[in-house]
Amino acid sequence: MKRIFILIFLSSFLSVSVYAGSDGSNELSKKSDASVKKSDASVKDCFEGLNRGVFALNQGLDKVIFKPVAKAYRVLPVPVRTGTSNVLTNLSSLITIPNNVLQGQFKTAGVNTGRFLINTTVGILGIFNVAKKMGFSEYEKEDYGQTFGVWGMGSGCYLVLPVLGPSTIRDTAGSFVNVLGGDPYYNVSVHGNNEFLDKSDYIATKALTGIDFRAKNIESLENLEKNSMDFYASLKSLYLQDRQRKIANTKPRGNIEILYEGEWEEIESQ
Amino acid sequence: MLAKKICKFFLLVSISFCFLSNSFAIEPYSFVQKTVDAASEALNKRISKEEKIEKLKIIAENSVDIRGIGYYSLGSHRKTITKKKEEEYFIIFKQYFLKSFSSRLAQYTDPKIRVNSQKKLNDKYTMVSSDLLSTTEKPEIKIDWRVVTKNPENPLIIDVVIEGVSLAKVQREEFNSIIQNSDNGIDGLLNNLREFVNKD
Repeated sequence: MKRIFILIFLSSFLSVSVYAGSDGSNELSKKSDASVKKSDASVKDCFEGLNRGVFALNQGLDKVIFKPVAKAYRVLPVPVRTGTSNVLTNLSSLITIPNNVLQGQFKTAGVNTGRFLINTTVGILGIFNVAKKMGFSEYEKEDYGQTFGVWGMGSGCYLVLPVLGPSTIRDTAGSFVNVLGGDPYYNVSVHGNNEFLDKSDYIATKALTGIDFRAKNIESLENLEKNSMDFYASLKSLYLQDRQRKIANTKPRGNIEILYEGEWEEIESQ
Repeated sequence: MLAKKICKFFLLVSISFCFLSNSFAIEPYSFVQKTVDAASEALNKRISKEEKIEKLKIIAENSVDIRGIGYYSLGSHRKTITKKKEEEYFIIFKQYFLKSFSSRLAQYTDPKIRVNSQKKLNDKYTMVSSDLLSTTEKPEIKIDWRVVTKNPENPLIIDVVIEGVSLAKVQREEFNSIIQNSDNGIDGLLNNLREFVNKD
């Protein structure tokens, strides 16, 4: 009952936020590339002052905690880090697969299920990416925020979450779905009532995912910060562009240029 | 008879010009490969970081449409900027771009980029696809290059799209944020650009 209440609350919050962040173009619409383009191209930074404050806090935390931890993690031998990264990616399939289904990508859901089964068994809990060696297609993560986007929901306002970083109201709501039953790993570890996994395992996994991500991006983020005049705006743009591409289910290679084609034509008209 | 000869002569001249212009047209694919090879060579040389930066700046000046990127980066503000400010902007933007570009690249040593294919979007633009090859530390990264082909003899890079993220768009949104958050509008951006260019 409590869960249903939270879900209803979240749904109404989402629809309100979609409207709040709207300038007339950012509204619930039918799924189409055009709608994805239009809605995400106009993501409003409704709470910019607050967001910049949280961003400064996150940068402080990063400097004192996350970056040093990520650097220490980088000292581990490459095979250990690769194995850890593979396990985490394999676990993320448990969220990706239901989202593939919710987005109507049944074939991809099948491929990802096969990949998960092979890597969990033959690949020893995902340590070895056996499926890749067998020729499985490249893995693309999906989450509930992306599914909401594919369904046509606008992103709502841009948000910077403490510790977690860039997000939008839609993507934040998507993250809540994980803890409302949408993440099988969460269900098993936190509510599974078993002797193998508990809540601390779930938290440790999430923390490790963050450290792994930070460790992979130490130089890139340093470089971006050094060469940015407004680092907040640069990161916001990176995040929103990446989400836009993922929601449009555009491969990094392929028809990505179409997403921004109109903007370049505009240059030509000058 | 004479008229026929004149016609033949003009036909031959026209055909020759056709071949001549075609022979000077550079395929965007080859152009990008040549540019990344030149950058890679500069980065591999056993020279100081400052010398590498100078070499990269020369490569960028010859292969990037800096004015086009500057124009794009202004976003909607290009419609309201005065001619005088625009010229001021382009001068400082060029210095900013060359410094930022060379500084970003100079951190790489021995980058291996494989150019894969090209896709003509229209007469003005072609997208060239490439991969920054993986190392033991880093996975393979997909890099797409938007090349301006308005002048086929002198193609120029106008955007780099890394794993689907357009760097020109990031820059445009950064500039827009600076202008919007500044009390001085475009002047605020110009001040920021000057500060960036002058900092060590």
